[in-house]
Amino acid sequence: MTQLSRRKLIVTGLAATAGITGLGVAAHLADQYGLIPPDHGGLYGPGESLTYATQRLLTRHSLAREFSRSQMSKPLPNEMPPLSDEFKRFAAAGFTDWRLSVEGLVDRPASFSVAQIKSYPSRTHITEIACEEGWSYIAEWIGTPLSHVLNLAGVRPHARYVVYYSIDPEWWESMDMADALHPQTLLAYGMNGEELPVGFGGPLRMRLPRQLGYKNVKFINRLVITDNLKRFGKGLGSAAPEAGYAWYAGI
Amino acid sequence: MATLGSAPTSVDASLPTAIPVASVTSAPRHALLVRVTHWIFTLSFFALLATGTEILISHPRFYWGETGNVLTRALFQIPIPSSRTLVQTGYGYVLPDQNGWSRALHFQAGWVAVLTGLLYALYGLFAGHFRKHLLPTKADVSWRSLSSAIASHLRFARPTAAEAHSYNVLQRLAYLFVIFVLVPLVIWTGLAMSLAFASAFPWSVALLGGHQSARTLHFFASIALVLFLLVHLVMIFLAGFRNRTRTMITGSVSRTKELP
Repeated sequence: MTQLSRRKLIVTGLAATAGITGLGVAAHLADQYGLIPPDHGGLYGPGESLTYATQRLLTRHSLAREFSRSQMSKPLPNEMPPLSDEFKRFAAAGFTDWRLSVEGLVDRPASFSVAQIKSYPSRTHITEIACEEGWSYIAEWIGTPLSHVLNLAGVRPHARYVVYYSIDPEWWESMDMADALHPQTLLAYGMNGEELPVGFGGPLRMRLPRQLGYKNVKFINRLVITDNLKRFGKGLGSAAPEAGYAWYAGI
Repeated sequence: MATLGSAPTSVDASLPTAIPVASVTSAPRHALLVRVTHWIFTLSFFALLATGTEILISHPRFYWGETGNVLTRALFQIPIPSSRTLVQTGYGYVLPDQNGWSRALHFQAGWVAVLTGLLYALYGLFAGHFRKHLLPTKADVSWRSLSSAIASHLRFARPTAAEAHSYNVLQRLAYLFVIFVLVPLVIWTGLAMSLAFASAFPWSVALLGGHQSARTLHFFASIALVLFLLVHLVMIFLAGFRNRTRTMITGSVSRTKELP
């Protein structure tokens, strides 16, 4: 063996060792800090886990890009047709009896009216909403930070996820506490200076500007705080993985 | 173990015509690491291409700037049917939606490609692969040698025997362009589409001109990579498909005549 090829052997060996060590360290960190997504099983589990863990490490506190008024999209696409008769009755009454219940790992389970939520400190951001199909639009979103409502209910320290439900029984999602406590995550009730239209999720829509459109569930009426997503649906975290989509939609 | 990571050290790349063939047979034409990463990258590239095409079908319209949707003017639309009802394609039917697994495989193959590429890049830098085999030699960097290389390519001339052991200048430039421009660009434009990635690195989107610009550039970078692949395949066929493919698998250059 020549000296040169021995050096290459050492370089290759070091690179391989570094790679394997890196993976080992990453797996250990992931285990310790809860960086494994609920849909980590199956053929695409490794990719989902790598993406979620990496983005969590890089983006825990980063803020979604915000835009100027002149960048707001007009008109807005993907308006949703009116829902069930039950929903229409709420709409006819001006959503005065619409409630958002907060249950699970909280000290004070509660139920909030839309008016109550509107009376809390609000936050407004002009952010982009992007669909997994590829299109996007920018709008102004007005709402109460989810963290405010969670604090009112008194989330217990070992809580790890917030599961949120739509009046549409097919659509429920969940997010980790990093997103739930993120300052831009809103219980949105307003859009572009007005009431949030029904077609865009009114009276209440979960708005997480760092995840794709399908995580931004419309017509929400129930939050469940939990430390374990196994008990919900098929145990994959939300409706999206049950339909073949990723639970984590930061990419 | 002499094969692991060892490049043809006896070959002086600057003098490709002066190679004594006997000395080449002792060292592999392509180092083991180059061969393994080449084929892993090839597999993940095909997975990325197929799933990327599938994802594109769900919205075959492209835009420039931050936003774009069915209600805004498209930069261009690809005249294919869509897998979603949202896009008016002019076709009377909607293809089945395959985005779920396509996205999952796209990102998983992306991870494999990126990690393999990083390993290759580290090897290329520290084992001298880039410097010795891909950087054009001093003799290559002249108008005369460049124009003669272009002319012989335009004549579709069969490669000389020496070219089985070393890359010619156009090959070197093409590989360097793919490794250091196209692949980094396709990774960057892909990541820039991620809302979470963009929150941590907002400049990565701003520099590209916006979210939808990133998507459009991702498409063009992918097209450029496909064009490279086609030329790469044509060149391999011209040089002798069986010999060249065997060399990329086993590492050794066949002693039979270099013609298909």
